[in-house]
Amino acid sequence: MSSATVGRATVRVELPAHLCLLAGVRHEVQLPVEGAVTQRSVLDALEAAYPMLQGTLRDHTTQVRRPFIRFFACEQDLSHLSPDDALPESVARGAEPFLVVGAVAGG
Amino acid sequence: MSQIRLLVGTRKGAFILTSDGKRKDWAVSGPHFAGWEMYHLKGSPVDPNRIYASQSSGWFGQVVQRSDDGGVTWNAVGNKFAYDGVPGTHQWYDGKPHPWEFKRVWHLEPSLTCPDTIYAGIEDAALFRSTDGGQSWQEISGLRKHGTGPAWQPGAGGMCLHTILLDPTNPERIVIAISAAGAFRSDDGGQSWKPINRGLHSQHIPDPTAEVGHCVHHIAMHPSRPGTLFMQKHWDVMRSDDAGDQWREVSGNLPTDFGFVIDVHAHEPETVYVVPIKSDSEHFPLEGKLRVYRSRSGGNEWEPLTRGLPQDNCYVNVLRDAMAVDSLDSCGVYFGTTGGQVYASADSGDHWQVIVHDLPAVLSVEAQTLP
Repeated sequence: MSSATVGRATVRVELPAHLCLLAGVRHEVQLPVEGAVTQRSVLDALEAAYPMLQGTLRDHTTQVRRPFIRFFACEQDLSHLSPDDALPESVARGAEPFLVVGAVAGG
Repeated sequence: MSQIRLLVGTRKGAFILTSDGKRKDWAVSGPHFAGWEMYHLKGSPVDPNRIYASQSSGWFGQVVQRSDDGGVTWNAVGNKFAYDGVPGTHQWYDGKPHPWEFKRVWHLEPSLTCPDTIYAGIEDAALFRSTDGGQSWQEISGLRKHGTGPAWQPGAGGMCLHTILLDPTNPERIVIAISAAGAFRSDDGGQSWKPINRGLHSQHIPDPTAEVGHCVHHIAMHPSRPGTLFMQKHWDVMRSDDAGDQWREVSGNLPTDFGFVIDVHAHEPETVYVVPIKSDSEHFPLEGKLRVYRSRSGGNEWEPLTRGLPQDNCYVNVLRDAMAVDSLDSCGVYFGTTGGQVYASADSGDHWQVIVHDLPAVLSVEAQTLP
């Protein structure tokens, strides 16, 4: 996986419908991210821009991902990466979106 | 002319139903927060346009919403419910210690005097309070830490704190109930608590008269007589006349004394309503007949109310927070079902009409009487 460059990036984040409703946004938001583009920095930027999403993706205190939340990008499941691992360069460049997905569960 | 506003929480969103004082024609607004579980919505008694709502999802967790304009617009407020200190453990279904974990808000109870103060009853059972309009929440931890907490065990629906009663004559007194721990009372504003389960008899626990462990489904109180409490327990309808120090059974001639809801008439403190459910394994009305039972004598003698309610092939449930009364001169009574119907009576239960047929399963109903 390519390392993201340090600087200021504009990352595209796609949210599931329930969180779009909560945040009052359309399917995709664009976020300025300072420094390395990682799960943590992207989620920090997302929660800073949309505080109502705090606690809906990861625990307030531990910052552990909620069990039924998944993070995809570039046709890969990035959910189990360390939150400080660099995301793919195409995500950091804004060429590919970072997908927040509600896991398929239930019947 | 007065207006009635019903706040209806369902499995897939919230609905607001409004009518004038005649309560015949209703306007339906919603779904608000479509697709989310709306466990409970309730308005402030001192500012009825201030409404709080519990919004949750198995995927995305808990959100608390607040409206300052009667439910027209909403804003998410604080959703961080952190137990005070090291949470410790309670008992799990298998009797083993299990860490206290926040799951959701079951019930929101706005203060009787301040629109910015609100209490939240959560799962795993604890009581929280906000004094800044829901922006931040602090646990009233004296309840969970009073001594019996490690012995509490969840009921089938989880270990939820579902009932919060604020005494209008004594701001220091709070009564709460937890499934399946029982009822508890504080007389010092929440600092200290004691179990108030004497007189309850529950055959599903090893000691049927234990201090805690009773599956209390709901408790109701008339504001003019806060020392009198009516309880729908897992089985048994109970009454206390000393704020819960001692309970006695008032199931009387009910066809079954299992159920979830219980409520009191707005102007008659001895008029009580329940919806009997067949059993703990068959959560629907007896014989497929949806019947509200009313006692005008504070229990024991009950009459079925059936006019306008389905009397055959009805197999819905009425959940613990899904009944409410308004305070118009002719008291309105309302309840919602797991089949998505909301029923209204404008004459204390004598006659019923269905307001909406096909909502998602109804979790809660609250009534606001507006000038």
